[in-house]
Amino acid sequence: MKVAPVEVKRPVGDEVHEPDLPWVVIVWNDPINLMSYVTWVFQKLFGYPREKAERLMMDVHTKGKAVVSSGPKQRAESDVSRLHAHGLWATMQKDT
Amino acid sequence: MGSPDDARPFRRQGDRFAVDLPHGAREALRRLAGQYRDLLRDEDPSSDPGVARLFPPAREDDPLANLEYEHAAHDGLMAGRLANIAVLERTAGNTTLAEGELLAWMAVANDLRLVLGTRLGLTEETTEGEFADDPERREAFDVYGFLSALVGTILDALPEPVG
Repeated sequence: MKVAPVEVKRPVGDEVHEPDLPWVVIVWNDPINLMSYVTWVFQKLFGYPREKAERLMMDVHTKGKAVVSSGPKQRAESDVSRLHAHGLWATMQKDT
Repeated sequence: MGSPDDARPFRRQGDRFAVDLPHGAREALRRLAGQYRDLLRDEDPSSDPGVARLFPPAREDDPLANLEYEHAAHDGLMAGRLANIAVLERTAGNTTLAEGELLAWMAVANDLRLVLGTRLGLTEETTEGEFADDPERREAFDVYGFLSALVGTILDALPEPVG
């Protein structure tokens, strides 16, 4: 992601606890989407509080990817296409 | 000199947004939106990497599932992009925008950033100096910068999304 001229607080914890569900949706880092935009998309699409959205954005930025949602296959497909509609690079896979 | 607020191109006013952009910037946006529609009409992911970036695969390594996903999702994604373009073209001269219209502006601007950034092969370290000897790529990078600033200022004006 491109570093936008905004201050982003680093999250305190980096563990994201999700229920055990069969499919996960992954967002991959890209050099174009603004960090502030990616945070906004996570808030907008998933209803995450700003802190969680920023933590996931920073995971994407620093680790190259992050699991942003999980659930049944149909839900994962819907999340992937909503992320694609917003220009994020997202894939889905069976949780392992 | 006015307050810093007066310099903001997008300002929330109740449930609408005031737009303070010069005529030239509005015309540039309208023109870019038209070029974007032409691009979506004339190219597809196999012929243009910039377009491919707008319609990514849904799986890392499952070509069959990706064909199914493309079949299921492509038309909806395309329709959404064309609808956003139409909104921007219709409202490019407006002094105020509804939130949905402002979101369409941001979507078109971000889509175009993805197309331009992919064609330019941008990385997180790219600087304008890299295009100093190439006027055409330099111009594309300038447009990219204009659109980046637009997306940033729209994000600044939007209210916190509610879950």
